Amino acid sequence: MFGSSKKTIELAEAVNEQAVVGRSLWRDAYDRFTSNKAAMVCVATLGCIVLFTLAGPFFAVWDNETIDWTAMGDVRGLGAPSVESGHFFGVDDLGRDLYSRVIQATTTSLLVGLIGAAMALIVGTLYGIVAGYLGGRIDGLMMRFVDILLAIPSTLVIILLLVVAGRSFIMLFVALGAVSWLSMARIVRGQTLTLKNRDFIEAARAAGVGEFTIMIRHILPNLLGVVIVYASLLVPEMILAESFISFLGLGISEPYTSLGALIAEGAGTMAYGTLWQLLFPLFFYVTIIITMFFIGDGLRDALDPKDR
Amino acid sequence: MLGYSIRRLLAAIPTLLLLIAASFVLIQVAPGGPFTSERPLPPQVLANIEARYGLDQPMWKQFWDYLYNIVFHFDFGPSFKFKDRDVNDIIAQGFPISLTYGFLSFLAATSVGVTLGVAAAIRHNTWIDYFAVSLGIAAQALPNFIMGPILILVFTLYLGWLPGGGWNGGAWPYLIMPVIALSTSYMGSIARITRSSMLEVLNSNYIRTARAKGIPERQIIWKHAMKPTLLPVVSYLGPVFVYVLTGSVFVDIYFSTGGLGQAYVGSALSRDYSVLLGVTILYGGLTVLVNLITDLAYAWFDPKIRY
Amino acid sequence: MKHIRNSALATLVATTMLASPVLAAGTHPTTGEPLADDQTFTYRVLDEHSSVDPQVVEDVTGAEVVRDLFEGLMNQDEDGNLVPGVATGFTTNDDKTVYTFTLRDNAKWSNGDPVVAGDFVYAWQRAVDPELSSPYAWYMEITSIENAAKIIAGDAPITDLGVKAIDDRTLEITLSAPLPYFATMTTHSTLFPAPRSVIEAHGADWTKPENIVSNGAYVLTEHLPNERSVRERNPMYWDNENTIIDKVVALVINDENVALTRYMAGELDRTEVPAGQFPRLKEEHPEEAISFPRLCNYYYTFNLSNDGPEQFKDVRVRKALAMAVDRKIIVENVLAGGQPEAYSFTPAAVANFEPPASEMASITQAERDAKAKELLAEAGYGPDNPLKFSMIYNTSESHKKIAVAMSQMWKQKLGVEAELGNMEWKVFLETRGNQDFELARGAWCGDYNEASTFLDLLTTPSGYNDGKFSSAEIDSLMTQARTASETSDLYTRVEAIIAQEQPVIPIYHYAGVYMLDSDVGNWPVNNVEQNWYSKNLYKIAE
Repeated sequence: MFGSSKKTIELAEAVNEQAVVGRSLWRDAYDRFTSNKAAMVCVATLGCIVLFTLAGPFFAVWDNETIDWTAMGDVRGLGAPSVESGHFFGVDDLGRDLYSRVIQATTTSLLVGLIGAAMALIVGTLYGIVAGYLGGRIDGLMMRFVDILLAIPSTLVIILLLVVAGRSFIMLFVALGAVSWLSMARIVRGQTLTLKNRDFIEAARAAGVGEFTIMIRHILPNLLGVVIVYASLLVPEMILAESFISFLGLGISEPYTSLGALIAEGAGTMAYGTLWQLLFPLFFYVTIIITMFFIGDGLRDALDPKDR
Repeated sequence: MLGYSIRRLLAAIPTLLLLIAASFVLIQVAPGGPFTSERPLPPQVLANIEARYGLDQPMWKQFWDYLYNIVFHFDFGPSFKFKDRDVNDIIAQGFPISLTYGFLSFLAATSVGVTLGVAAAIRHNTWIDYFAVSLGIAAQALPNFIMGPILILVFTLYLGWLPGGGWNGGAWPYLIMPVIALSTSYMGSIARITRSSMLEVLNSNYIRTARAKGIPERQIIWKHAMKPTLLPVVSYLGPVFVYVLTGSVFVDIYFSTGGLGQAYVGSALSRDYSVLLGVTILYGGLTVLVNLITDLAYAWFDPKIRY
Repeated sequence: MKHIRNSALATLVATTMLASPVLAAGTHPTTGEPLADDQTFTYRVLDEHSSVDPQVVEDVTGAEVVRDLFEGLMNQDEDGNLVPGVATGFTTNDDKTVYTFTLRDNAKWSNGDPVVAGDFVYAWQRAVDPELSSPYAWYMEITSIENAAKIIAGDAPITDLGVKAIDDRTLEITLSAPLPYFATMTTHSTLFPAPRSVIEAHGADWTKPENIVSNGAYVLTEHLPNERSVRERNPMYWDNENTIIDKVVALVINDENVALTRYMAGELDRTEVPAGQFPRLKEEHPEEAISFPRLCNYYYTFNLSNDGPEQFKDVRVRKALAMAVDRKIIVENVLAGGQPEAYSFTPAAVANFEPPASEMASITQAERDAKAKELLAEAGYGPDNPLKFSMIYNTSESHKKIAVAMSQMWKQKLGVEAELGNMEWKVFLETRGNQDFELARGAWCGDYNEASTFLDLLTTPSGYNDGKFSSAEIDSLMTQARTASETSDLYTRVEAIIAQEQPVIPIYHYAGVYMLDSDVGNWPVNNVEQNWYSKNLYKIAE
């Protein structure tokens, strides 16, 4: 009979058993990213650092605020990194264990980077989508507002916010987020403008989908590529900005610290024979920034096929 | 082009006004007045001082007086912290200094950065490329304020080649370290942007066509690839210039150059409202101007853009 | 009438009369040391000064400059004793309410005009004038010059001030209450003279280098804010022949580590030693690292106002905290600059002052810790009820170190949980001034070498009593001391009450810890107020 040969049956079974796995754009991007050796190495490195911050405290002999009075008396000699004294990274100028302090500082800096970037991302994206999609006068007004805020130097805004609202973890995120959502908003708006005139949006409208739903369900996913790339570039910027704020003395309050503050302290004592105070925090700081750069580049290569 | 420029400049005015208003409000909200001091002033003296500086008047009147003085007299008012200098003095003294080493840093960062980026792109995947990329990334990843003490240690103490700080009217030995310190991180980022931009351009269709036509590589790079390469760089340069100025506070602190960056941060921390407002407006106006110049330069680089 | 018999004065006058013209690039007239060719003294200052107007200046850096540019009635010598300045001497009436100063006849302003008594009258009237609103007007009040307080409050014209120029060479000052140490107060910048014609001509710009006219050993030749200020020899100064240093340069360097680096590179003759570095530097450069006592204290003050924290109302809690601070560690390990531990509010180095025998000082730290634990337990705090409070200090590396050390000491010994907070200077002062704190750092440098400059801080009416501590007994003792002839006992009693009530935790008394180039001669290490005059310094040839 037609269609009843053994071969046909085998073929039919093969066809029925598995639906063809489609290759979505995300899949492509994921593959491109994972084949980018530099980016993967950096993801691994960053992963190690995060692991370090999580597991490190179990090995710590000292906590991050207890002063070792004996080491304090002779930071150059007794305060040097050693396994016996339990100060794996040495001590800071006050005799506090640098190992624990670096762990805490790295955690802070990572959180600042991620949460700050997340805040900028959320606020900026929503603002940009609304402005770009609604268009016309509203768009003009919203963007004019952004332009004005962009003209105020961001350092001033950060300093003022921290000074007005007091210094705390939350305020730090708010202040950093407050100055960085602006450029995100502009980029998202630009992308939205391009997208909103595409046919599929036209189709959705014709099908009667509500404006808000269009924004969330159709435009947003198509923006994600740009947004992710930009956000990943924001993270190192946030960390850099936070280090500058710590340098000015406006960062986190004692006994907590951030990598920026530790580096500033270490830079001061460079010439006094206590180089470890600078090198350890600097190493973590630079590593985090560099890995984030490569990851950002990798994401951009992966998500935006035009860019090679 | 001229019409566009004029329109942009006119549009900048309401922007500036709003900027002044926003800064004014933000500053009033901050705690701590300009006259808090270790030795509390007797209430009468305090009242006198506040009357003299007009701080006892309603907010809108203060704002109006302030605006009036700026627009018609170009007078930014007295400094609350320094009794013998007013804001105009402080800006007139600090701004040229910051502008000088800021501009030089900008030039250095741009020229070295672009050169590095182009070299890396042309010699893609050779040791030059890896070297340039590593250098760029290292420069960008280092926190900029650390350059201050390191440079002074190396060049002043260990080598004894350069003076450890000061301005001396801008004599060149005093400029070298501030410029190096300030330009390093931007050099890195400019190099990276240039490199990736040029790589993209060199792989584009029309360059491939030009190569196929047999045009010599040198001509391709300079005549055909350069302008489109620099397009994204130019749009980045605008903000860089402003960052260089506002981020120069650490240069002032470490190298004692007397520039505006320190007066700026110092006035924020000591609640010297008038200096703070004056410098904010200056920087704000500069940002607007630089954005305009950048956009105009953009048009020169990309013939498709016409205003 | 009492006369100041000062044979040194006579000698000085005689030497000036004999007038040997050139002293630089030769040998020092008294010590015979060879002098360097370049007599320039370069030193580091932390921050830009507020002003060089003598009636307006309010910070130490500015006061140093003003002391070189201007000269008051009296000066201080290297040991802090009074020596003649513009005045050759003074007399008082029996109850010390009227001072009459005689001015020398060869004192000149840098523009050639003679310095007359009227210049002092003008200056002092300016200091109390509500028009000028000098931040140091309060200093005029504590001099007790008649009507000063009323004029400052705006209730009287400035001409009512109790100072009169009898003639060009005689200045008569009337005090509203007797003040035995009034003469020492004239060494401070607020009481320096001012050039009327210049101020009236230039207004607020009169202190710019191109306009300024001064009567001291130097004139201001250059001033670049946040970078440097330069003062050079004033040939019109009456004692110019004895001035050896030609030029003084003050470089503004914010970061103390950079300043030390530049000192090592030879760019500075003097800089401060960063906390903790003194022992190493003393070892490596024994000739250059110096430390000497200074007239300032460093303490933490409890908020004892009515809305203050409940915990601190109990004197046992306060004493426990004060005892558990290991001052030795702070002074030797954190600061390491030779600062003396403080168990009294007033530094022991103050003239005419004997600190009371302190119980705390006489026992060991281990014993203090034990007592502290006891007291705290008695007050009801322990592991299940830990003492909690916040402590604030103004942003600075060394303040931070001390605060962290103290909080750690309390935590480890007493289980106390202290929350640290730092803020910039202005905000800190406002916060503390509004009693918006629980425990706050404080420090005070004496304006004159007498215990009252410190102890007045803890009297009820004092405007700087931010902790709002009030003791009727202290108030009455201090009022007595103003007119008493023998004050030492009274001050000791006041300190004893302070030790009992513990409204503050004294930590240490300042020491001047500097790197001073060995070619700088005659630095006044014995002058605890650190009133140094460039005209008394010189550079030795290497």
